[in-house]
Amino acid sequence: MNVILAAVIPVVIIGFVCAVVLVVAAKVMAVKEDERFPLVRDCLPGANCGACGFAGCDGYAKALVEKEGTPTNLCIPGADAVSKQLSEVLGVEFEDVVEMKAVVHCSGDCSSTEDSVDYRGIESCSAAKLLFGGKGKCGYGCLGFGDCKSVCPNDAVVIENGLAKICRPYCVGCGLCAKACPNSLISLVPEVKTAAVLCSNKDKGAVTRKVCTSGCIGCRKCEKVCPSQAIKVIDNVAVIDYDKCENCGACAENCTTKCIEILNNM
Amino acid sequence: MTKLIIILLSAVFINNYILTRFLGICPFLGVSKKLDSATGMSLAVIFVMLIATAVTWPIQMFLLVPSKLGYLQTIVFILVIAALVQLVEIVLKRYIPSLHKSLGVYLPLITTNCAILGVTILNIDEGYTFIESMVNSLGSGLGFMLAMIMFSGVRSKLEGADIPKSFKGLPITLVAASITSLSFMGFGGVIENLFK
Repeated sequence: MNVILAAVIPVVIIGFVCAVVLVVAAKVMAVKEDERFPLVRDCLPGANCGACGFAGCDGYAKALVEKEGTPTNLCIPGADAVSKQLSEVLGVEFEDVVEMKAVVHCSGDCSSTEDSVDYRGIESCSAAKLLFGGKGKCGYGCLGFGDCKSVCPNDAVVIENGLAKICRPYCVGCGLCAKACPNSLISLVPEVKTAAVLCSNKDKGAVTRKVCTSGCIGCRKCEKVCPSQAIKVIDNVAVIDYDKCENCGACAENCTTKCIEILNNM
Repeated sequence: MTKLIIILLSAVFINNYILTRFLGICPFLGVSKKLDSATGMSLAVIFVMLIATAVTWPIQMFLLVPSKLGYLQTIVFILVIAALVQLVEIVLKRYIPSLHKSLGVYLPLITTNCAILGVTILNIDEGYTFIESMVNSLGSGLGFMLAMIMFSGVRSKLEGADIPKSFKGLPITLVAASITSLSFMGFGGVIENLFK
């Protein structure tokens, strides 16, 4: 019995001393963390998509708590609801979030353009892009291997007929797909503006016409019909300035190749 | 002085804790993927090895041996090292936040690491004095760092290699680790003869 006690008691004493030292140290040297941090963090959706421009939701929450004047409307997936919650927690003015949706600026599916080579390499857009700029006739278009699909946190991207399409109700506007596309075909557009140019081909009209039946040929008809001068042909492809666009739909109606479309939000 | 140098060099090369004694394999395989995390982990290990030795050697010599409780060595050391590392973490967080930032993630990972416990116990078994123990701990830590940094280089080469599917991941890492460890066998017997 004595042998057991002789072993147990010293260990218990040492353990107790260590515990007391740790408790005292933790109390005395506690680092004050801002108590608003967990509250702020709980408001955010936790998708860690990086659309706010910070390293994940933790990074954004930290910036909100530590730096006065960090805008509360940077979380695009969270939209107005999150912005409202954040401004309540932090006691600042509520700022409206401009909800964004991703748009693929290409409409070259299998029926409008063709492959120029029989590509049998790695099944990824960035790999295919390295090989003479891709497998399709159009070097600017969607490669269709779905690099964007694989990064989408919400399964909003579908590959239909060799062309990436955004399922708009599911898109939260985080912009991860835009970063993943090797041809930079995807951009974020305010949700309320639904007119979009579905082509990125910068070649002259005749060249574009040869490789794809639904490409922008740079005819400038849209420029002329646009009542607010929001659309301009730059480098042989129409580009919409969404600050000016009033969503009237005139450009889509008059487009010769039907590469400008009014997207459906439903 | 010569003895201290021999202890240091043999701890780094011949009795390298990872590659010869096979202690601390968990961080060796787990954290060696990137060079900066491997360096961070190694620095934390050196740091903890030194303070653990500085605390456990007196405990063994002035507490356990006089009261004839030498057999409690293992459990007491684990207890003391774990508490010590936690204490160090709290102190670092309060007073040196920058160091806490770079070592902080790794400190809790190595509280009960076998390499740390191994160093402290082997120091006693070898009958080192306090100074010799500290030098041995420093050497062991440096050896750990050497192995980690070397291996993170090996692993970065492995990333780009075309590895057969069945070898991908852990198997090829273990094969690479064993080959790296073979190379350290070449140091055997070198250092004893260096000072003759």
